[in-house]
Amino acid sequence: MTTATLAPAQLEIIQPNRLTLLLRYLRRNKTLAIGLLILLFLVVFTATGLATVDPSNAYPLSVKTKQPPSMEFPLGTDYFGRDLYVAMVIGLWQTALIGVIAGALGTLIGVILGFISAYFGGGVDMVIKGICQILTPIPAFLIQVIIAGSIDKRDVTIYTMAFVVVLLAWMGPTLVIRSQVLTMKERQFVAVAKLSGMGDADIIFKEIMPNLLPFIAAAFVGQVFSAVFSSFYLAVLGLGPLREPLLGNTIWAAQRQSAFFNNWWWWPLAPAFALVLILGSLALVNMGLDELANPRIRRSE
Amino acid sequence: MTIQLILRRLFFLVLVVWAASTITFFIPRISSKNPVRERFAELARIGGFAPADLEVIVAAYNKKFGLDKPLWQQYLDYIFSVARLDMGVSFNKYPKTVMGLIMDVLPWTITLLLVTTLLSFVIGNLLGAVAAWPRAPNWLRTFATPFILFQGVPPVVMGVLLLFFVGFKLKMAPLGGAYAPGRIPDWSSLTFLWDVLHHQLLPALALLLGSVGGWVLSMRGMGVTIQGEDYVNFAEHKGLGGQVIFKDYYLRNALLPQVTGLALALGSVVTSGIAVETMFGLPGLGQVLGAAIQSNDFLVIYGVVLFVTIAVATLMVLVEFLYPVLDPRVRHQ
Repeated sequence: MTTATLAPAQLEIIQPNRLTLLLRYLRRNKTLAIGLLILLFLVVFTATGLATVDPSNAYPLSVKTKQPPSMEFPLGTDYFGRDLYVAMVIGLWQTALIGVIAGALGTLIGVILGFISAYFGGGVDMVIKGICQILTPIPAFLIQVIIAGSIDKRDVTIYTMAFVVVLLAWMGPTLVIRSQVLTMKERQFVAVAKLSGMGDADIIFKEIMPNLLPFIAAAFVGQVFSAVFSSFYLAVLGLGPLREPLLGNTIWAAQRQSAFFNNWWWWPLAPAFALVLILGSLALVNMGLDELANPRIRRSE
Repeated sequence: MTIQLILRRLFFLVLVVWAASTITFFIPRISSKNPVRERFAELARIGGFAPADLEVIVAAYNKKFGLDKPLWQQYLDYIFSVARLDMGVSFNKYPKTVMGLIMDVLPWTITLLLVTTLLSFVIGNLLGAVAAWPRAPNWLRTFATPFILFQGVPPVVMGVLLLFFVGFKLKMAPLGGAYAPGRIPDWSSLTFLWDVLHHQLLPALALLLGSVGGWVLSMRGMGVTIQGEDYVNFAEHKGLGGQVIFKDYYLRNALLPQVTGLALALGSVVTSGIAVETMFGLPGLGQVLGAAIQSNDFLVIYGVVLFVTIAVATLMVLVEFLYPVLDPRVRHQ
């Protein structure tokens, strides 16, 4: 009876297309929207920059030294004769590269290990969980200092930085994915799939994986955040690829040359603001994704 | 808490320290860099002695530091020396030991980090609790928002911004160093103490502002959950005063998981502390580590890293031992 009266009303509802739905969701989830907007701004800044500037100006001895911000040099130039605007463009690009490579690798390792650990359980689970728990209290950054310090300084590139960062950054995602798979495994749809004779691989990729995507996305953003964070700290301590205009390197160089004492105030300021924008937007996106992944706090219309 | 649990935590602590020392032992040996040769190659580059003698000197030093022994023996020696907290000597400031270098600056680092971490924990949790408390005045609740926005900003970046606005523009704080150049350290004089405090102001503020937001955010989330609990409702219906409910029913219960959070945050506290110290040129572990990195003083790098790791792991276990003191439910289990 009730279905009969509801049916004509349901016919009138037109399902909006996915883009409208996404935009509507973003309007409710302001944190995610603002974070994505800042990220978009950074991408546009970097992309237009890369298309218009001469990258060699980001390296020493290419322009007039110690110029304050002006029409010719919007962000000024530093003591070594680098155009800081160009250095920011290249630095942002390199930071993004490190963040995405290290974030993707860390998440991938985490997803694989978390799955193996939770799905197969037993001895494998004990070993993986044990290693993660023992490594977690060790401040990863300090071990990264040792690794970066053991590499010949001339050999350090953007890619070795990403590699160093990822070596100690997979434990977090592993534990998160592990616990999610553990709860997922007990759900009825997995039991049904098992009873209907589905193989392990099919259950993992067709049943569990789609439900895990929000968590994997959140873990990825978190990994990018921590990769940017730790590569920045390594560079601030002078362990980065010293020739490259990485954001942390620029702050390190400015501090080494006592930029504020010498009135070159613009030098460390540009990379500092760039970092505020990058990490701020990533933190916002992460909080927004948390809301997406956790239906209990998700806002509905 | 049972003896068994204490023993289990202590065993875990030993495992963590063992893992950390194994990593710090093997990673440098995977690379082909010999710390002694690196150091003397650098001296030779600056000028000082003929590179022809280099290999002889390196061999002599390798023997002195035991680098010519088989790997397993080096490893055992290393583990036992770590157990005695003996991290070797500094190449750069020979015959000063690494532990000696650390002990010289440790009071600076401990004071800075202890004060900022405790302040940030107290301020952050109070603000977070108030932000989630519906009966709190509105101005107090919105007061928490800017701190949440700061949450993603690393303390070092906060340091740069503070240096620019407070130090450079307003000239209200010095731009770096432990005390004014030319001042003779005299811990009994009030002007000297004031000067030191003045120099610690910006780094402390940077660490504080960089970490308060995290506490505000997690406490606010915790507070919202606690408010829905039956015992809070019951207390309200009993007609208990707002202050009593806030303090004894709401804050105390919401704080418990935050203490675990404090243990987990210790690693990042130390990391930020080291970076901020280097950035402001303050005496401390950061400065020792930074100087060692610049001059390839490897044993100092490994020593500082290992020391901090052991300290962090030990503190984590201690905070966990604190938990039953705060939570009677755990105590009686």
